[in-house]
Amino acid sequence: MDKHIYMDYAATTPVDPEVVAAMLPFFSNEYGNPSSIHRWGQRADYAITTAREEIAGILCCEADEIIFTSCGSESNNLALRGIALEARELNKGNHLIISAIEHPAILRTAQQLQKHYAFDVTILPVDQHGFISPKDLTNVIQPDTFLVSIMYANNEIGVIQPIAELAAITHEHNILFHSDAVQAAGQLSLDTEKLGVDLMSVSAHKFYGPKGVGLLYAKRNTLSHSHQTGGSQENGLRAGTQNVPLIVGMATALKIVSGRQSHDNSKMKVLRDKLIESVLDNISESILTGHRTCRLPNNASFAFEGIDGNELLMHLDLLNIAASSGSACKTGSPEPSNVLTALNLSPKLSLGSLRLSLGRDTKDSDIEYIQQVLPKVVNNMRGTL
Amino acid sequence: MKKDRIAVAMSGGVDSSVAAALLKNQGYDVFGLMLRLWSEPGQDNNGQNRCCSPESVSRARQVAAILDIPFFVIDTRKEFHQDVVKFFIDKYSAGLTPNPCLECNRNIRWGHLMHKALSMGATHIATGHYARIIKNGRKWQLLRGYDNDKDQSYALSMLGQSELKRTLFPVGSYTKTKIRSLASDFALPVAQRQDSQDLCFLADKDYRRFMHDYAPQSLNPGPIMNSSGETLGEHKGLPLYTIGQRKGIGISASEPLYVLSKNQSDNTLIVDKLSKLGKKCLKAKKVNWISGNLTERKIRAEVQIRYTAKAEAAWIKPINDNEVEVEFDHQINDITPGQAAVFYQDSVCLGGGVID
Repeated sequence: MDKHIYMDYAATTPVDPEVVAAMLPFFSNEYGNPSSIHRWGQRADYAITTAREEIAGILCCEADEIIFTSCGSESNNLALRGIALEARELNKGNHLIISAIEHPAILRTAQQLQKHYAFDVTILPVDQHGFISPKDLTNVIQPDTFLVSIMYANNEIGVIQPIAELAAITHEHNILFHSDAVQAAGQLSLDTEKLGVDLMSVSAHKFYGPKGVGLLYAKRNTLSHSHQTGGSQENGLRAGTQNVPLIVGMATALKIVSGRQSHDNSKMKVLRDKLIESVLDNISESILTGHRTCRLPNNASFAFEGIDGNELLMHLDLLNIAASSGSACKTGSPEPSNVLTALNLSPKLSLGSLRLSLGRDTKDSDIEYIQQVLPKVVNNMRGTL
Repeated sequence: MKKDRIAVAMSGGVDSSVAAALLKNQGYDVFGLMLRLWSEPGQDNNGQNRCCSPESVSRARQVAAILDIPFFVIDTRKEFHQDVVKFFIDKYSAGLTPNPCLECNRNIRWGHLMHKALSMGATHIATGHYARIIKNGRKWQLLRGYDNDKDQSYALSMLGQSELKRTLFPVGSYTKTKIRSLASDFALPVAQRQDSQDLCFLADKDYRRFMHDYAPQSLNPGPIMNSSGETLGEHKGLPLYTIGQRKGIGISASEPLYVLSKNQSDNTLIVDKLSKLGKKCLKAKKVNWISGNLTERKIRAEVQIRYTAKAEAAWIKPINDNEVEVEFDHQINDITPGQAAVFYQDSVCLGGGVID
């Protein structure tokens, strides 16, 4: 009973000690402002330049195509609002397309552009596994569409979209393609050439880096408008003194993760599949949300009929298991997320969602413990209804 | 090491926070629950119930983090609206002066919350109320809080044996001053927080404005009369007045006039001089005896007619299974239908009923 099992790596990950070590000198020793012209500034600038180059190597892009931000949400905001402002100014179109299972950072930004700036927004539906069909995308593209934004891998149900195919369709119509890769980073390839994306958002804390730092990849000559104005940092696209230690930490974390990703993935896939099979076998009226195989290696997401997902999380917390739910809200308002709603689950199922997400430190014994307690908890909850 | 699991009803305030800390220190397996309650939208509280605003939630979660206990928010907005807010509106509309805190305790805290807590494996719930529970022979007794100024047993008088045996009031044996100092001993960031509020679901503290907004159909103007039947003016709707009220009646007279009663049947407000206000008797309905035993003979007790009133010596005479007549030794002002009459012998709370 004194086991503590963290199964919420999709929410955030612990910072790799090697990453912490790489960041530490930049707090109190190398504290210069990268914009300063003296050597203190020069050394700080050198640190972020190196970080930028290292990251560019992994994303297969140019260093000046990396814009450092404070998080994945900011990257998404910058991509959508920056591209939209430019389209408005240059009369490049008035219509953008997003999917029905985007993160709120995309969804609400698009809604704001629609409500307050009179842009047209089309929300692409998904099938029961959460896939966007390339045909649907072709059908909704209009002459004045200027941007398509589709998430690489979904945070709740782990489904992976055919990004290269969707980007190719978009490019046939001379439209820019953005992908929110926040949840994919650390597990899937971020090769921007192969993916064919024009813009892509990433956040460090999903791959054992620090919270509070992210990046936006923006292909040269795609983005010229900032949504945060001020100094000319980040090519004038993101004002504000760069957070040197966190940027160094993000680069270090990305380097480490890209070296061990395939090894970690195959280990997590075995455990994930074991968990999925066991849950579906041992808990009646349960379904796997997302696609069986085309999903993030660390994501096992379910829906249980007749269960309050929030309450299930409480029971699991009392058993020292950290998990998450698509209907989770720590201030207590149970409503199914836009993702679960988009899957067309019955309301009864969509309120009973559970996301167990694995990490590089998840052990076989952790999965066994969950196999042992989860069916009991679900059955008990159903019994008391 | 005691391993019983206890659910503490946490509000982010000093009392429930210290309650959780005390139980944790005693080695219990403690977790926190917070109720999300309905609140009318708008005005200065941004549509947040004053007792469970996001600020209170994050404060309670901070306390839970300091104590290293799990903490969850339970959405009871629907139940609270149904059982407490609607009750409040209905009773005021019917000319009574309801006490929503008792109703909330009955249906929400010792209803919904207790049910949730037990389903999560708790043996008891604990709250930050100033009251005490002791076992006397085979019976559980509810006692006034050790700090008489803070005693909250009045609002708990509807509890019974089955609730008391599953309830703990960890702060009830301390003074408020001591609880504040314990909060700083435990390094809880709540020592200076204000107490929870009555009528927590109002956007402001003005129930009359609330009735205007939520039950305008209950506000029908009618005559104001004195006790000899002379018409003195017009009232704006009976729910807007309470027994004993002097200010805001809207008529001028040589001597101050007080609200004596509200006649729902002919929509009349009866007012008169202070000397006419007092009464020696009241009838209480829906009587709860905490011991579970009915009284057959009349008993001596002290009876408290409001949360803040002083308990007055009286005889309690049973009428039937759930009604009693209370006869005070002296005249009592402000006996208000809809409020609870709560019976005490010394510090033991015997139970109570609703003033008819």
